[in-house]
Amino acid sequence: MNWLLAPFHFAFMRAGFEAAVLVGITCGVLGCYVVLRRMAFLGDAISHTVLPGIVVAYLRGYNLFFGALISGLLTAMGIGWLSSREAVREDTAIGVLFTFMFAVGIVLISTARSFHDFSHMLFGDIVGVTSLDLLVMVLIAAVVLITLILFYKELELTSVDPTYSAVVGLRADWMRNLLLVLLALAVVTGIQAVGVILTSALLVTPAAAASLLTRHLGSMMVLSVMIAVVSGIIGLYASFYANVNSGAAIVITCTAFFAAAFAVHLARRPRAKSAESAINS
Amino acid sequence: MKSARFPYARHRHGTPSPTTPALECLNVTVRYPGADAPAVRNVSLTVPQGSRVALVGSNGAGKSTLLKAAASLLPLTSGTIRVHGSPAGGCCHRVAYLAQRGDLDWRFPMTVRRLVLTGRFVHLGWLAWPRKEDHAIVERVLDLLQIRNLAERRIGELSGGQQQRVLLARAMAQEADTLLLDEPMTAVDASTRQVVRDVLRSLAQAGKTIIAATHDTHEIEFEFDKVIHLTAGTADDLSSDRQPISAISESV
Repeated sequence: MNWLLAPFHFAFMRAGFEAAVLVGITCGVLGCYVVLRRMAFLGDAISHTVLPGIVVAYLRGYNLFFGALISGLLTAMGIGWLSSREAVREDTAIGVLFTFMFAVGIVLISTARSFHDFSHMLFGDIVGVTSLDLLVMVLIAAVVLITLILFYKELELTSVDPTYSAVVGLRADWMRNLLLVLLALAVVTGIQAVGVILTSALLVTPAAAASLLTRHLGSMMVLSVMIAVVSGIIGLYASFYANVNSGAAIVITCTAFFAAAFAVHLARRPRAKSAESAINS
Repeated sequence: MKSARFPYARHRHGTPSPTTPALECLNVTVRYPGADAPAVRNVSLTVPQGSRVALVGSNGAGKSTLLKAAASLLPLTSGTIRVHGSPAGGCCHRVAYLAQRGDLDWRFPMTVRRLVLTGRFVHLGWLAWPRKEDHAIVERVLDLLQIRNLAERRIGELSGGQQQRVLLARAMAQEADTLLLDEPMTAVDASTRQVVRDVLRSLAQAGKTIIAATHDTHEIEFEFDKVIHLTAGTADDLSSDRQPISAISESV
């Protein structure tokens, strides 16, 4: 049991575990809507477009979190605005905007002294979180959870049947913009854990695994959070003992859970089918 | 029934009166953006409360478009639509719209019971959770449409006929006065047809107004008081009324 407790002797590891739990909650629960509303590409885009915000914050000496937050929110609103014009398809608008923002980020990095200063933002550094970072993570997790609870039935209805929600006067585009803002917040916490490049994995993979195993949105959210949190913790152990990048270890663990869920899903299906044919025959 | 504290849309009620028509279209034209010809052209019709009207026509005749306009899903190019005396969309809790089944994401993780419950949301509005009476209404509707055995089934596991029953159940859970039904009988099995027919009959007896778009004229004369034929976006009276309803009028 000693090997399980050993990492907790270090303050940076304790902070890392706390961060893993907070990021798991935020990204796991919000990821369910990302998966169900087919917003995976959008999540990926927002996580990439925060790069210039981070670089500008770094060059000016501000907290990188707030740089990421501002550019994430701007991107979310920009995509919402551009796609509401209907001049271009949404995925095209996302593709144009996110590569541009990422390129701007890289140009800004090249003006800085060294690439190394940004590696923890590109690839994540969950054990490097400060107490201010943790506080922001707590606040973001609280905002995301409270918003999802307060607007649960509206988010659910606009996701499953936007036509009907329009008939009863519930604007689907409002709910979508709300989700975009929450997504920007979640991305900011995810970046600290696994970095800009891998954040979308935290939003997509745990929720995708959970979707294969449950039939209710509520239980899907709980399961997705559990997978994301446990993956974060396992990834931390892996980085502690095997000395590998923690962000990559977290994402690979998430993917292992997805593979297991997919196997369970496949194993269940033939049985369900044979039961059905037995009833029909 | 208490009304919502924070309703989704501001209600713009006309003065409620039993003589106010359920649906009143005056010279309605609807053109989709970028389309050459309007989908609905200069249609005028009046549907009194408590009547059952079928909009009949081939694909592209404008039936669905007219229903969508009445449900305030489409903006009018010209003309006016009044529903229970209010502009379309002005009293959304009194109007239930049953879309064609493809409009819904059937893969969403949701049970039949929960989907039927969404019919109550318009009465709840923002920041309110379903109450005991809402759940009671859902249970009653599940029985009425004979889908109680499906209540805990995931919506993605339903057959076409079952999907149609579930959507009708949701429309009924809304307890609307007017039901706009888009192709309620298309691609459903015989037993569902019978259930839908019985339910529509009992709704009409309860004084509800039913306006259904259909291209299936099979047995239609026994189900509806009035049939309005739409051809290339214009309305034409085809049937002789079984029971003459003088208030119904159409013009091309």
